[in-house]
Amino acid sequence: MRPAGGSGARSTLIAVASTVVFAAAAVLLVTNAPGWPAVERAFFAGDVFRESLDVIPEAFLLNVRIFLIAEVFILVLALVLAIVRSLPGPVFFPLRALAVAYTDFFRGVPTILVIYLLGFGAPALEISGVPRDPLVWGVVALVLVYSAYVSEVYRAGIDSVHPSQEAAARSLGLSRGQALRFVVLPQAVRRVVPPLLNDFIGLQKDTALVALLGPVEAFRQSQIEVAATFNYTPYLVTALLFVLLTIPLARFTDWLVARDRRRLLAAGGLR
Amino acid sequence: MRKALLLLLLVALLGVAAACGEDDEDAEPEAAPTGATDTGAAEEPDPCATEQLTLVNEGQLTIGTDNPAFPPWFQDAEGAPWDPTSEPTQEGYEAAVAYAVAEELGFSDDEVQWVVVPFDQAFRPGPKDFDFDINQVSYRPKRDEAVDFSDSYYDVQQAVVTLGSSDYADAASLADLQGAKLGAPVGTTSFEIIETVIQPGEDPAVFNNLNDAVSALKNDQVDGIVVDLPTAFFVTAVQVPKGTIVGQVAAESQEYFGLVFEEGNPLRDCVNEALASLREDGTLEAIEQEWLADKADAPVLE
Repeated sequence: MRPAGGSGARSTLIAVASTVVFAAAAVLLVTNAPGWPAVERAFFAGDVFRESLDVIPEAFLLNVRIFLIAEVFILVLALVLAIVRSLPGPVFFPLRALAVAYTDFFRGVPTILVIYLLGFGAPALEISGVPRDPLVWGVVALVLVYSAYVSEVYRAGIDSVHPSQEAAARSLGLSRGQALRFVVLPQAVRRVVPPLLNDFIGLQKDTALVALLGPVEAFRQSQIEVAATFNYTPYLVTALLFVLLTIPLARFTDWLVARDRRRLLAAGGLR
Repeated sequence: MRKALLLLLLVALLGVAAACGEDDEDAEPEAAPTGATDTGAAEEPDPCATEQLTLVNEGQLTIGTDNPAFPPWFQDAEGAPWDPTSEPTQEGYEAAVAYAVAEELGFSDDEVQWVVVPFDQAFRPGPKDFDFDINQVSYRPKRDEAVDFSDSYYDVQQAVVTLGSSDYADAASLADLQGAKLGAPVGTTSFEIIETVIQPGEDPAVFNNLNDAVSALKNDQVDGIVVDLPTAFFVTAVQVPKGTIVGQVAAESQEYFGLVFEEGNPLRDCVNEALASLREDGTLEAIEQEWLADKADAPVLE
């Protein structure tokens, strides 16, 4: 992120000075507010911060685990949905309609409700063989909801590949499936990497909702600490952990996009 | 270049303006009803006379509790959990205590106003919208740093509830609960009891509220839940008829419920006086007899 406008060292200097002054003004404004001492004690207590660091990062590992497991299933299920939705011909209408209904439903219902309904509802049916473990149902709910979002991202990618690509592939003798597998999907997926990662950042944060069903993950652990001390600093610790997790992913996305662009330009054409 | 300098200037000005604004703020007289120096400073001999009290809303005692408020602490005319935004109720232990304290302070029943205060809201920084909160909040030294607690209005025990069919229903000691998956509502001392006293091998489950914990118990997603003893009686009587109280768990030190006040609220001392006289003249005992008499006994697990 180089500052735009001006040239070289001087513009950098101005950017630094302006940032420092701006930050100083913001800090001054907040720390001089009438309620600041109370807020400082309630949200930025050093002793509580240190105590939280002993327990919350450990609980945060559960968020990471939920996220990683759910992500694998989401990538697969969403791709299947997207492909089903782009099946041609009247024969496949029922499948297409089903896929549409699925994405409409799970994008429309708040995630928190899906987690509640599945997590407390499904085990209440007492069907033998149906797992009771709340973690399982939390992950299932996240997979259902996020694969609906991600399938739309995939579909946008598939739609963005010009039909002539598939026509050319078919004229070379590839079957429809082969054309999809070797020509359309590779281009489609590459184009939607940034929005895909965007959804995964959303997923990372929504892992906290699984706490509703009982598992003690980072948010719940911080809630426990908050209730024990009547001090909100543990929430700050959890927020920092989530940010620390998402920043590398965001930079990775930036890097991926930049690399793709370089390659495209090197190949001599920007379609 | 010129633009950048202008921006710098603007930001610097903003900083100065903020600082100036602060000066103005300091110059103003103390307006908030939170100032500890406001009450009873001058000629009035009794700072706890009704008209001398520091109140959120003048002429009214504003009391907070969570929504819904559960029996036996609060209940509506049908004996169901009470919604504080609906018709006021005097039924239930905490409701009765609240009105008794109000009367002791010199308020009529009509002058008592209820507001919904979720647990987290009771201790957020800044001015409160209640005079005191009554919501089965246990006193803890750490908590006392953020708010002020009244003296005890109820000495509480925690209890373990399981389904009658559970392997743990016949547990006779804490050791018998070692393999159990236990749950509790978040923010409660019940959860602390699991971690510090029972210390089962399984990680405890934590739920948003009592209803969720009860759902998990019914679904067999946890082997048992820990709640305070009177709540345990409500759970087994109404919410989970198939449930049973395994026993009560002695805390490391006697745990008690206190009314929650904003830090430094002078009303606290007056309420403590009221509680002391209610205890002395037997009113508190009578209220406990009425609402909790049959809810105080269970085998002690050690």
